[in-house]
Amino acid sequence: MARRKRERVVVITGIAGRLGQLLTRRLHREEGVKVIGIDRRHFHRRPKDVEHHRIDIRRKATEDIFRTHRVETIYHLGLMHDPRQGQGEHFSWNVVGTQRIFEFAQRYNVPKVVLVSSADVYGPQSDNPAFLSEDSPLLGAQRFPQIRDLISVDMLAQSYFWKVPELETVVLRPVHILGGVKNAMSNYLRMARPPMLFGFDPMMQVLHEEDMASAIVAAALPGVRGVFNVVGPDAVPLSKLVELSGRRPIQLLHPIAPAIARQAFALRLIDAPSAELDWLRYAVTLDGSRIRGLLGYAHRYNARDAVAAAMRTDIFEGAAEAASSHA
Amino acid sequence: MSKQQGRAGTFERIADAARDQLAVARQARESGVGRQLWTELTEAAGDFRGLLRDGYRMDEDELERRVAHLLGNKNLNEYGVDPFGFSPEYVRKVFPVVEAMYRLWYRTEVHGIENVPNDGRVLLIANHSGQLPFDGAVIGASLLLDRDPPRMIRSMVEKFATALPFFGTFCVRCGQVTGLPDNCRRLLDAEESVLVFPEGAAGISKPFSQRYKLARFGHGFMRLALETGSPIVPIAVVGAEEQIINLGNAAWLAKLVGAPSVPIPPLALLLGPAAMLPMPVKLRIYYGEPMTFEGDPNDDDAVIAQKVAEVRRAIEGLIERGLRERRGYFI
Repeated sequence: MARRKRERVVVITGIAGRLGQLLTRRLHREEGVKVIGIDRRHFHRRPKDVEHHRIDIRRKATEDIFRTHRVETIYHLGLMHDPRQGQGEHFSWNVVGTQRIFEFAQRYNVPKVVLVSSADVYGPQSDNPAFLSEDSPLLGAQRFPQIRDLISVDMLAQSYFWKVPELETVVLRPVHILGGVKNAMSNYLRMARPPMLFGFDPMMQVLHEEDMASAIVAAALPGVRGVFNVVGPDAVPLSKLVELSGRRPIQLLHPIAPAIARQAFALRLIDAPSAELDWLRYAVTLDGSRIRGLLGYAHRYNARDAVAAAMRTDIFEGAAEAASSHA
Repeated sequence: MSKQQGRAGTFERIADAARDQLAVARQARESGVGRQLWTELTEAAGDFRGLLRDGYRMDEDELERRVAHLLGNKNLNEYGVDPFGFSPEYVRKVFPVVEAMYRLWYRTEVHGIENVPNDGRVLLIANHSGQLPFDGAVIGASLLLDRDPPRMIRSMVEKFATALPFFGTFCVRCGQVTGLPDNCRRLLDAEESVLVFPEGAAGISKPFSQRYKLARFGHGFMRLALETGSPIVPIAVVGAEEQIINLGNAAWLAKLVGAPSVPIPPLALLLGPAAMLPMPVKLRIYYGEPMTFEGDPNDDDAVIAQKVAEVRRAIEGLIERGLRERRGYFI
């Protein structure tokens, strides 16, 4: 500690999630940055010199971290995306929590905030263009009102482009991240018989979790600001992804599928609400040229690797407690 | 007992109805229209038999060569699919069906196909007709089968259709895309040939009384042509208006099922749901000379409308020619 004159310090919210852990590994082990994590959940296999605060971002104690450290970057990964949580708590956690993060950044002169939003904000619709750009409208809540808090968070972050222009705000909107993460798409592929809607086979974009970690690191470079879609390999049909996972899909008739999904959700057989069936029906494919052009980011893993990463179960050892997933 | 009687009654009624229909058919045959249709149908049946006898399928080697040509310049990923969902492998699979439809069912005749450039961006603008969008499939087939070198078309499909189960997936895998300006712009920038029906749903659902009268043209295609510097090839499909006879559109039913329109085919009284199958009319496709336009893509509607009207007139001219040249609906 004493050797270094000034240590680089970063804050990662949602550090106990899979993506938080991957990012920690990159920053801490590979770049020698001091990482401070904020997450209510237990951080398994935490490296000794990574500081972890098991607190709620909305609590006063969070401010102490910023008071006592000169934070260089805040990586805001700690959005809640748990369909089993109550709507009120969801909204408060995500929107109020994000608001607090930006307030701290402003008050303690943090130069950069990186928010990990999601392609969910665009939403599955029949009239989606084949390449959704960063300027496309955020219609995700049109048919799935439960995710309007995620859209609010995305918009809130965008408002800081003009509210605090000296703050470098980056919003990342990744497509389906596959790997040890517990998000809807990875969970879907891990099902014994992933459901498909009979007669529908939308194009899907997936992204290996390591590529997502690279994109986050790239976004933190000084001078980078703005909204970026994060896209990995070219889109493939959903049926191809299921085939790569080695599972056999079960075909549901789309008019009755929502009723089945509602029952299965109520019985806790699945963790995705029925509105997410639209993802199996309509394509949400993003244009990734902006992040490639401006950040020089390039994916390393293809769709096969990404699916394989989602099917690996050994990474879940002892991680059962991390129940709520992070998009 | 009574049930048995009831059934017997039903059979009798059906037999009576059939006798009546036969009488009507006989009458029609004896009158002028009937005789005309009868000779047309027998001639068409003869053509059909001839095609079956002599073979209508494309030579396997020739097909291979054409597919190879198409694959040469496509942006396919490792799974053989392009970003829009087009899969040449899938097209190969459904190809026999499309070929049979093009050669046998419609016995399609093509004129002026050399007007479509060999490569580079081009907008193909056609009249839309026939209740079901087989005109798009036939134009696509003509460019694959009757043009050398072949060209793959990407057509702009109504979003209602791409959202349908099976049919939507079929369209997408065959290279068709949801009709949005952004999709069209990207395809043109990738030097593709894009087929647009500027009449949209209003064109395809015309009732029989309005056949070959073009509905209002949208302006979007012209703005895109100006923006991307794409030439326009006007196309007329003649014959498809008679494939399904439509008395009018049931607006309330369309609203109920969420479709752009629902036709009322009078033949449904005779044929039931089979009345929505296209009749084996003969199709004629006329490709007009390429037109180029210059100007500001964001010009006033009035300015754009003049340019659109030019394309519309060109298509009307081609339709007139087609109607003049044809001898009947089926031949």
